[in-house]
Amino acid sequence: MHIPDGFLDTKTWVALAAVSGVSVARAVRKTNQKLGEKQVPLMGVLAAFVFAAQMLNFPVAGGTSGHFMGALLIAVLLGPASSILIMTVILTLQAVIFQDGGILALGANIFNMGLVGGAGGYGVFLLLRRWLGENRRLLATGAAAWLAIVMAAAAAALELAFSRTVPLNIVLPAMLGVHALIGIGEALVSMAVISLLERVRPDLLELEKI
Amino acid sequence: MEMTMSMRGFVFVGLLVSLILTLFLSPFASPLPDGLERVAQDKGFLEKGEGTPAIRAPLPDYAWPGVDSEGMATALAGFFGTMLTFTLGYSLALLLVSRRKGAKTGSS
Repeated sequence: MHIPDGFLDTKTWVALAAVSGVSVARAVRKTNQKLGEKQVPLMGVLAAFVFAAQMLNFPVAGGTSGHFMGALLIAVLLGPASSILIMTVILTLQAVIFQDGGILALGANIFNMGLVGGAGGYGVFLLLRRWLGENRRLLATGAAAWLAIVMAAAAAALELAFSRTVPLNIVLPAMLGVHALIGIGEALVSMAVISLLERVRPDLLELEKI
Repeated sequence: MEMTMSMRGFVFVGLLVSLILTLFLSPFASPLPDGLERVAQDKGFLEKGEGTPAIRAPLPDYAWPGVDSEGMATALAGFFGTMLTFTLGYSLALLLVSRRKGAKTGSS
């Protein structure tokens, strides 16, 4: 889902860079105020794990692959601001060092995956936990992870249409269709990690969400 | 049976798992186009993204340069990237936490 340079027009990538810039600055301020010492090593490990998992493309139907995004998983463990921050670190490295996602499109990619996928997905997760009950964390994680991918894909489709790269009625169904499948992988991996932590380190699931 | 693990142990195991994933599984990752690439291909706007990049990335497409084996090049780039994200994520978090403490005690 990493948008390369060239897909977005100037007004679109500039606007998204501005929105993401402000949001990342707010996430930095919030984590600076509230992040606990216990979370520090976790931030490093989660960044490494999500980067690693993002390299492992798995095939989905019709000659297409997908990979784990991880933003919702980070948010479930550490909170939405932490998720935005870690996704920013990962996406910046991917763009600057590995040419995965454009430099000019970095703000758009942070918006789609960090803000929409991470913070937006976390909002969905909180709603689901309220509706399903607090003891249904695993189910809420899976559903929110799936929706995080679908919402991020919808955001990317809207940006492509807004850039007049491709009409919305063509790109939106195509992006939603393929990412509805990729989202199943996202849900499974997120649930597996949470389920593992429930057994190994349940205390890490109860950290303050920042 | 409940298994408990120290924080240091947990971080070590988490990083190790991440490194093992990149070293041993990334060479076997699916080479098929991802969701967005596939849509771009099908809907005819893939070439828009194929201009000269704004900056030259040192390890484009997760391949360590000068390594003949494609799998090995990917594994090396993945190992490097995983260590780098760990270091950056950890350092950033450490910086954010320690700078707040400095402000509290009045030292800077």
